[in-house]
Amino acid sequence: MENFNIFIRSIFVDNMIFAYFLGMCSFLAVSKNVKTAFGLGIAVTFMLVITLPINYLLQTYVLQAGALAWLDPELASVDLSFLSLIMFIAVIASMTQLVEMAVEKYSPSLYASLGIFLPLIAVNCAILGGSLFMQQRDFPSVWTAICAGGGWGIGWLLAITAVAAIRERLATYSNIPAPLRGIGITFIVTALMGIAFMSFLGIKL
Amino acid sequence: MAEKLDNKKVFLNPLAKDNPVVVQVLGICSVLAVTAKLEPAIVMGLSVIAVLAFSNVIISLMRNTIPTNIRIIVQLVVVAGLVVIVNQLLKAYAYDVAKQLSVFIGLIITNCILMGRLEAFAMGNKPWPSFLDGIGNGAGYAIILIIVGFFRELLGSGTLLGYQVVPQSFYDAGYVNNGLMILPPMALIVVACIIWVQRALNPDLQEK
Repeated sequence: MENFNIFIRSIFVDNMIFAYFLGMCSFLAVSKNVKTAFGLGIAVTFMLVITLPINYLLQTYVLQAGALAWLDPELASVDLSFLSLIMFIAVIASMTQLVEMAVEKYSPSLYASLGIFLPLIAVNCAILGGSLFMQQRDFPSVWTAICAGGGWGIGWLLAITAVAAIRERLATYSNIPAPLRGIGITFIVTALMGIAFMSFLGIKL
Repeated sequence: MAEKLDNKKVFLNPLAKDNPVVVQVLGICSVLAVTAKLEPAIVMGLSVIAVLAFSNVIISLMRNTIPTNIRIIVQLVVVAGLVVIVNQLLKAYAYDVAKQLSVFIGLIITNCILMGRLEAFAMGNKPWPSFLDGIGNGAGYAIILIIVGFFRELLGSGTLLGYQVVPQSFYDAGYVNNGLMILPPMALIVVACIIWVQRALNPDLQEK
């Protein structure tokens, strides 16, 4: 039940885009039409679900203060947490590479639709952000990490799809002042949706 | 002489005409998240300048030896190393600010400005122009952070760098701080206004 709550919280209350503004770069670049936006959203969700538990295990059994005690009691005083940034980003970059190769081999059709997005994901702040939040919040178990990762990913997917749909309509039906066209209006749309998402803040789960 | 002019351009262009944040739209995440107050915005700006300048130099020195198919990982490791140093320094000398910035110092690694500049500039240029390019782009980023931080803190809390700026008499006369400015979505709107002003001044940047 606890994990389910965290899952729901991660989608709505802690939404990666509207509450923390992570992964904005690819969000702004790719939200021009719904189809590609959806593809990128799926890829991000996928990577979050994979990398979060791996980084969680790394954090608990290698990096945390005293985490190495399971190897040898003498190592209990070792604190490797200053290495966590490098470890996390290395896991993310190599997982991206691995997933890309696996998808290319086993599902060429999925690769054709996701292919261009996968390399972009290594530098998507939402993925690294997820791992860093996981570290900051001391999740109790690896299941929590998986649920939170899934929630954050789906929240990101929802956000990018919604904004892409709005942008598609805006491009055809509205008369925006020239200097605001494109990026400017997207910022404002995102801000308004962010304010709307703040209404979820009151929900206690 | 031609070389010198070139360097000047490399340094000055990112400050306004080719600004990484409002024109190239890179590195937005941290602009939005750390600018509720001016102080973290300044610290963040300085950190990004330092990381960007040095990673540009390092990658530029190594550009002929990095195999192209693993260059992204090499770049990430160089950047991550520098960010770890910055993170430890901030924790040692500016603990309060480091606490406020929380995960966002770590997120400098995935700041798109870094990857963008490393890929587009440092991989093909000598160390000195790369250094200038790093400083220039970092400064362009820092300027936007500071502008956004300035307005959000001034309008949201009535303070600047923690000092009360809006006089008490204003409050007595019924002035109220705009609480909305502290909330993250307002950063987006402030940035949108900066984009609006900037594109109105430079019509060639407008879309369509």
